[in-house]
Amino acid sequence: MANEADQGGPEKIDVRYVANLARLYLDDSEVETFQGQLEGIVEHVKQIGELDLAGIEPTSHARPVQNVLREDVVRAGLGHELVMDNAPKEKNGQFAVPQIIE
Amino acid sequence: MNYIVSIGLEVHVQLQTRSKMFCSCDTGYGAPPNTHVCPVCLGYPGAMPVMNKEAIRMTVLAGMMIDSEISTYSKFDRKSYFYPDMPKNYQITQYDKPFCVGGEVEIMVDDQPKIIGVTRIHLEEDVGKNMHFRGSSGVDFNRAGIPLMEIVSEPDMSSPQEAYDYLTALRQIVTYTGISECNQEEGNMRCDVNCSIRPEGQEELGTKTELKNLNSFKAAFHALEYEIARQKDVLGAGGEIVQETRRWDPDTCETYSMRVKEKDHDYRYFPEPDLMPVVLDTDLVAKWRSGLPELPDMRKKRIVTEYGLPEYDAGVLVSEKALVDYFEGAAKLSSNPKAISNWVMTEVLRYLAEKEIAITALKVTPEALSALVALVDDKTINMTTAKDIFATMCDKGGAPADIVKDQGLAQVSDDGAIAAFVKQAMDENPKSVADYKSGNKAAVQFLVGQVMRMSKGKANPQMVVGLLTDLMKD
Repeated sequence: MANEADQGGPEKIDVRYVANLARLYLDDSEVETFQGQLEGIVEHVKQIGELDLAGIEPTSHARPVQNVLREDVVRAGLGHELVMDNAPKEKNGQFAVPQIIE
Repeated sequence: MNYIVSIGLEVHVQLQTRSKMFCSCDTGYGAPPNTHVCPVCLGYPGAMPVMNKEAIRMTVLAGMMIDSEISTYSKFDRKSYFYPDMPKNYQITQYDKPFCVGGEVEIMVDDQPKIIGVTRIHLEEDVGKNMHFRGSSGVDFNRAGIPLMEIVSEPDMSSPQEAYDYLTALRQIVTYTGISECNQEEGNMRCDVNCSIRPEGQEELGTKTELKNLNSFKAAFHALEYEIARQKDVLGAGGEIVQETRRWDPDTCETYSMRVKEKDHDYRYFPEPDLMPVVLDTDLVAKWRSGLPELPDMRKKRIVTEYGLPEYDAGVLVSEKALVDYFEGAAKLSSNPKAISNWVMTEVLRYLAEKEIAITALKVTPEALSALVALVDDKTINMTTAKDIFATMCDKGGAPADIVKDQGLAQVSDDGAIAAFVKQAMDENPKSVADYKSGNKAAVQFLVGQVMRMSKGKANPQMVVGLLTDLMKD
């Protein structure tokens, strides 16, 4: 999607495909709504292509802060009981989930 | 039709930091499920990751060991996917700016060195572990967030054996660097394999399949053997290889399609907004580089020159860092490094293989081995006794000198005592004496054996042979 916009190609967004990737289930009218909105957003962002961007690195962060690191020191996490309070289901100390089929 | 095989590997290595990659939870193996977890590695909304500096240092060291280019600018990205092992629904990894770019690993093919190219090494977080119960699955997040280094190779390997040798070489490098134990049982080292074949003469690579669930080097070897044969069958029958992910089933020894749809590989990578980029300045990289350990090859050369060992010995010893450390610990204290090497390569390795233990668990210390060799060299004990003492030390530890004293094992080098045994052996075995005298020189060995038996293995064998041959001269 982003690549097509970069190349100035057609940006017909496959909303169903994107929604499926995000595990969102949309009905037909929602697909239509988002189709318009998403294409509007891409159109808006495309304006940046009108500038000369040669030699400018893409910006991933708004502030020029680097190397936010921590030392390798262990600290206790949450207690097991507290953690499991959040679990809908528990089995043998683990989060129980529907059967995973590979 | 002859086919050319191309194999590329993605090797995941858990780094042995004390704490996790983006939080301070313990990385220790074997804890009860979900006891080394916190809001960060459980993916609670709003929890913020902070990078572990040590994990970055270890990744950079690995890159230096294989001649990677160390990136001055790196960053982390989000890889989106949905699976119960990952509560955030994305894994923090590195997409286009990994810490290490390029590199090479050397393996031997038909006694010739072959270079396997490394594309990149990046750092990411390990995911949780799934267990399967009847009717449901369980998730343990203790492993989630442990720093995981991924080493991606070029498709340079052309047989399962080369893939196996590459994995072995990588493990050697990584364990030498001290950044991971590479313990396959604990899942410290895992790999995915890409494999394709193409008819001889064709330039471009064939369609590849990806193999998953390879938990050991042997599994990778066998899965590749199977997969290459399968691809040859498909092409041979006029079929086409489908690009897909296949799972290795170690029980049936087959790979089967995981029916993963292509769109599931659309991970929608984008820069991780919660983590700032890492800029490694040259001073820091130089400082880290100065802490690089000796590479296996360099160490091998040094062992040869410093201890006067044959190349072969040095090769066996450096195969494992702990083994060569053990050798050097003993050799440094000894005037006979070759004897130490012989012991390590035979008795020590045999015992370790028999008991299936690591050398770090051996009760015979390097000091004790060096003392044992010294006792043989100064003829206090003979080799047979030394082997008995070695066995005793394997069981109970202890110092050889004490064992010699406690059990009265010192070699008898007293002329009179040995002469008496020799005389007795000759009297009791006139046939052997006659055989010897009539030209069968090997007969002396039987008599030596008799004397050793009478002396309970304590007679100095050289003296026994000397006396016997003297007495049987005429």
